[in-house]
Amino acid sequence: MQLHDLWFVLIAFLWTGYFFLEGFDFGIGILTGLLARTPHERGVLLATIGPVWDGNEVWMLTAVGATFAAFPDWYATFCSGFYLPVLAVLVCLIVRGVALEYRHKREDERWRRTCDRCVFWTSLVCSALWGLIFANMVRGVPIGADGNVTGTPLDLLHPYALLGALATPCLFTLHGALFAALKTKGVVRDRARAKVRPLAYLTTTVAGAFLFWTQVHNGRQIYGLIVLGVAVVALVATVGQSAAHRDGRAFALSAAAVAATVAVLFLSLFPDVMPSSTDPAWSLTVAGAAASPYALKILTWVAAFMTPVVLAYQTWTYWVFRKRVG
Amino acid sequence: MNLALAPEIMARWQFGITTVYHFLFVPLTISLAAVTAGLETAWVRTGKEKHLHATKFWGKLFLINIALGVVTGIVQEFQFGMNWSDYSRFVGDVFGAPLAFEALIAFFLESTFIGLWIFGWDKLPKRIHCACIWMVSIGTVLSSYFILAANSWMQHPVGYAVDKATGRARLTDVLAVLTQHTTLVQAWHTLSASFLTGAAFVVGIAAFHLWRARRNRTGPGMRTAVMRTSLRLGLTLAVVAGTATALSGDSLGQLMFEQQPMKMAAAEALWDTRAPAPFSVFAVGDVSRGRNDVAVEVPGVLSFLAHHDFTGSVPGINDTARQEAARFGGKPEDYVPGIFMTFWGFRLMIGFGMVSCAAGAAGLWLTRTRLRLDPNLRTAPDEVPRLMLTRRRELGPRLTRWAWRTGTLTMGFPLIANSFGWIFTEMGRQPWAVYGLLKTEDAVSPGVSTTSAVISLTVFTLLYAALAAVEIRLLARYAKAGPQTDGASDPAAGPAAGPASDPARALTY
Repeated sequence: MQLHDLWFVLIAFLWTGYFFLEGFDFGIGILTGLLARTPHERGVLLATIGPVWDGNEVWMLTAVGATFAAFPDWYATFCSGFYLPVLAVLVCLIVRGVALEYRHKREDERWRRTCDRCVFWTSLVCSALWGLIFANMVRGVPIGADGNVTGTPLDLLHPYALLGALATPCLFTLHGALFAALKTKGVVRDRARAKVRPLAYLTTTVAGAFLFWTQVHNGRQIYGLIVLGVAVVALVATVGQSAAHRDGRAFALSAAAVAATVAVLFLSLFPDVMPSSTDPAWSLTVAGAAASPYALKILTWVAAFMTPVVLAYQTWTYWVFRKRVG
Repeated sequence: MNLALAPEIMARWQFGITTVYHFLFVPLTISLAAVTAGLETAWVRTGKEKHLHATKFWGKLFLINIALGVVTGIVQEFQFGMNWSDYSRFVGDVFGAPLAFEALIAFFLESTFIGLWIFGWDKLPKRIHCACIWMVSIGTVLSSYFILAANSWMQHPVGYAVDKATGRARLTDVLAVLTQHTTLVQAWHTLSASFLTGAAFVVGIAAFHLWRARRNRTGPGMRTAVMRTSLRLGLTLAVVAGTATALSGDSLGQLMFEQQPMKMAAAEALWDTRAPAPFSVFAVGDVSRGRNDVAVEVPGVLSFLAHHDFTGSVPGINDTARQEAARFGGKPEDYVPGIFMTFWGFRLMIGFGMVSCAAGAAGLWLTRTRLRLDPNLRTAPDEVPRLMLTRRRELGPRLTRWAWRTGTLTMGFPLIANSFGWIFTEMGRQPWAVYGLLKTEDAVSPGVSTTSAVISLTVFTLLYAALAAVEIRLLARYAKAGPQTDGASDPAAGPAAGPASDPARALTY
């Protein structure tokens, strides 16, 4: 395995971490609109992610930073090619972050309601945008010989990508509901658990269809099919575990489903990082888009040293805030 | 405006707006994190109640501020690829590394430990809780260091080779990038300016409270004690950080005379090479003819700034432009940056920065508690200090009023200085994105349409304006309310709901 292959895996790992962690905090945001009925209940839900959402988001910033450093061409084509969706993601993340942080800064019903609405809509829209962006990245966009994307932003809205934009919010909402079941108590927990069954079936259908389409159209490895199977089984199995009050296991299963979803997407990318729909010769490949071996070596050393440290203190944070909120 | 240049111009406006805006929050975040950490340490070590109140008060303002610092920082992570994709392709090998380090080493540290600090008051032992805010503080400093290493590389590229096959920069020595002289001096200058910014902020709010307490004849009390401690801390920090900013600025200036003579010539509107070169106090220039119509100058001072010698020769704009044109091709005037902004940016940076430092020194003298002060005129630690000019002489009522007001009115000065500092250093580097290697016009994204660029420029400008309004109102509300020393619920909060109404809120403080 060469260093650029390792970095492809590491970037997939960072995105997995991001969708696993911010996946449930997007889900919590969406659930504030779906199952909370009073400001107090919304407060309970948001309190489960209060101490951790900011750290969760850094997984994405690191994924993007690592892409810039390890695959400059991938970063450049991704950000400029998905200009408007990326802009929308940024707006969502800005508004969401401010709403989450400022919500408690005033005892004012209207202020709080505005903040809660912002959290709900930005969580929902941002989840959908990531689905849209990743679906387009896997499917391929019209990349020219110079690595730049041609065509209009409307080209990004085709059925496959729209299905992707539907799959991610479903997946994250289920993941969030299972997180809420794990982290809250009382009426919020009961309602979250009641939502698991319909959400799990909906997600299995939508995300299953999306992954199947991915595998049929873009799948390059047979492993993709196995991983797809893992995702579907994990999704269905959450229902039984949740019904049996095994909140921890149910959450672990939805985490596995999120990881498997990301794995299917990255497996269908490799050995490209951004396939070109105009001419396969113009696709950005892992080897072609990679930084120099020296730069990759430096990055590898820093990552090897820092990743365990980061994992250790983030895990410790979850341990400190392990108590249920209610 | 040349329409063919529109994407470049829009990309530059967007970068300027988002980055200058982001940098309003960055220096306050860096300094307030350290101030809060210092105050909490004082509380852990001395157990004094006033330190706890001060920690919570400044910590709250720090949190309001860092929220915007964080979210506006996310934009920076994407914007190189969005608007400057050719730049990203050209420099990614070198420039990406410090950005990735920043995310992995600094962002995780800041964002994780800030969550622990906010929500951990009743969950963590005192010392560990205090260690958390130190981690945040270290994170903010590391973050600025990595990003300044990346920026310094644009000012003075080192540790790279241009790949013959691809024509792109390749990293050859990461330590050279991280530890080159430009990086170290720039980090030193930016960090000290950040601390000056925080110092002026603390002084401004403390002066507001103390003057209000004095006007209302509030007797001695905990709030006054908290604010008095904060005021003295802020004033001391202003003098120390202000001096450090001046000294590091001097070193940075010398380095720039050597590395980017054009930037410094433009900063002085020095058209022709002169020995000895004068420092320009005021100038009205004629760019098309390459000379100044009006110039007020102090002889020899520019030579001293450049070489620490009053007679040395300093290259002028016209000569430097000719040299650069001969070396890189094109016309000499292509290599002249916007003189108006660089000249005035440089002056406003120094002016506003130094006024803050001087105000700090004056305040430190006026509010002194023991030094050369008649023992009968000393005030207790929980009283509003008398402003003592000499051993026995207090400032008159009118001057006292203006002295306290000055403290509050100058609180934003370093923010102005910081912004003009960045505008000066970035515009002074033009037409280069990476000095001597890549021009700004070759750095923009070729694939991004003008429509997309207009949309994003508009969206960011409107969103940032709205956020500024929200943030300033919230900051002002908490700053005016002052520290909560009576144990009651927040006066910044309305009377409607108590802390019990919201579980998340109860965790916040």
